[in-house]
Amino acid sequence: MKDELTAYSFIDHTADFGIRVSGDDAEALFENAAGALWELLADPDLVGDVSVLELDVSGWDYSDLMFNWLRELLYLWTGKAWLGKGVSVTVISETLLSARIWGEYYHPDRHRLLNDIKAVTYHQLVVEQRPEGGWACQVIFDV
Amino acid sequence: MDLKQIDAYRWEIPQVGAMRVPGRLYASAAMIHDLTRDEAVQQVVNVAHLPGIVGASMAMPDIHWGYGFPIGGVAAFNWETGVVSPGGVGYDINCGVRLAASRLTEDDLRPVLSRLADALYREIPSGVGATGSLKLSKKDEKAVLLQGSRWAVSQGFGEEMDIDHTEDRGCIAGADPQVVSERALERGLQQLGTLGSGNHFVEIGIVDEIFQEDIARQFGLFPGQATLMIHSGSRGLGYQICDDFLAYTAKRVKSLEIDLPDRQLSCAMIQSRDGQDYLGAMACAANYAWANRQILMHRARQVLMKVLGIGPRDLCMNLVYDVCHNIAKKEEHLVDGRPMTVCVHRKGATRSFGPGHPALCEDYRMTGQPILIPGDMGTASYVMSGTQTAMNETFGSTCHGAGRVLSRTAAKKASRGRSIHRELEERGILVRWTGRSTLAEEMPDAYKNIADVVEVVHGAGISKKVARLRPLVVLKG
Repeated sequence: MKDELTAYSFIDHTADFGIRVSGDDAEALFENAAGALWELLADPDLVGDVSVLELDVSGWDYSDLMFNWLRELLYLWTGKAWLGKGVSVTVISETLLSARIWGEYYHPDRHRLLNDIKAVTYHQLVVEQRPEGGWACQVIFDV
Repeated sequence: MDLKQIDAYRWEIPQVGAMRVPGRLYASAAMIHDLTRDEAVQQVVNVAHLPGIVGASMAMPDIHWGYGFPIGGVAAFNWETGVVSPGGVGYDINCGVRLAASRLTEDDLRPVLSRLADALYREIPSGVGATGSLKLSKKDEKAVLLQGSRWAVSQGFGEEMDIDHTEDRGCIAGADPQVVSERALERGLQQLGTLGSGNHFVEIGIVDEIFQEDIARQFGLFPGQATLMIHSGSRGLGYQICDDFLAYTAKRVKSLEIDLPDRQLSCAMIQSRDGQDYLGAMACAANYAWANRQILMHRARQVLMKVLGIGPRDLCMNLVYDVCHNIAKKEEHLVDGRPMTVCVHRKGATRSFGPGHPALCEDYRMTGQPILIPGDMGTASYVMSGTQTAMNETFGSTCHGAGRVLSRTAAKKASRGRSIHRELEERGILVRWTGRSTLAEEMPDAYKNIADVVEVVHGAGISKKVARLRPLVVLKG
């Protein structure tokens, strides 16, 4: 999970919303990106961790993998009304990611929704390994 | 970027490099300064690179930054040799607007305005995670995807005449539920008859000014008349279809050896299996959206009758028209003077078929089609009519709305310390909303001035002003 305050920041654009995420390694980057998405969706302090899911996601490069990872997590919200709380990436390569995530199903009396994120876009999608060390990415959401 | 001014409302981006056609913007001199600072103009250029594009890559005056294609973008592709792009249609497939006009006037509504606002809020499911959608079986859902508005009318949600007054009679041919994913179907099952969130709305308004009396009369509009406007789309089903096909075509587009300036422009040849599959799924979402707006209109009519204690004859609320503004359509147009079948992408743009077009119903065959341009919730909306100029220049297309100028965060910041709903109330507009930050994000200051946008398309002649409406009651998701 997010282990430092600078692990992600939010990008504000006229018609959209995005995130800039960093991580010490690929695992941390993908974990922090999940955390950023969930924090945009709902107040994280009010989401429990009673439900645990295992996910496998593929892509043709790290950018595509990030796209598919966030799409999968967003679908859990838009399609299943499931909100995330925590994540542990167990396996990662350029084309494959396995993770365990925990959270719970949305309950209107208990949860506080923040932003209506509707889709993950390829727009200006960048995942990069920085020359100075560490990983970074930028993702724009449709809102 | 080299922008050449053609006249007061037209600007050309010359065809350079790998562009297959030039770009064309419809904007005033005052708008163009802001536009060139935005990435949207580059997106017009990017679209001009796609295979099979004909005429020009165009943008309407409400253009703003989209993904891949700009919002407010219009592009037509040769049906035989061109591409179709899920990102060129947008996530909310067949997001659109419908307008119904009644026999009532403002005087009839004023005494019950607050009750009306509350009742709409209660009866029309809106916002994220709204309950109160129609209970559908999987078989029903398939019928919705195949039949669109007709399904809704067959279930008692409206009248036969509503279908005539809907673009494409509320149903795009070629819908193929087989190519729609389980996820999309599942999301669609839960949301029919719901408004959605963000900029979607139900609005009771008043005809404030008439610009073309004869056409307004033909559209059934008169000064002081109470109207109902609905802005909504294909809900989660459309989003999921776009999402599925965007990812799929992005993977497959590599084999086409098209050099895409942006992955979000991913596309498929119209004549390929992938292209046909997308169009089949897109038609399903378009039909779902029409059924949805038909049901929402029916629910709103019921609310009006209940609150006013009147029957359908006294309300006499007929559908003026229903337009879609996120779509790709198979249409016939003249390209360089020759007839050609093309796939017109309108992403945040409205069809503007002129007088005499065979696709128009008899009521509007002589006038050109009605075009509905919603503004922000505090200002005005416009009814326009389609023109021959649009047929000649823009593949029969015009603008779709105001377009944002403030980001959501900037809008929230600008609204701090203010009470947006009180400000609107002082101007005689009652607002009800669901989402915590919806009102701040959707405040009037967050949008371009709709009058400026409409003035450009009217001045350019790609649609003509017929009437202006002002809001009385607004329900936001």
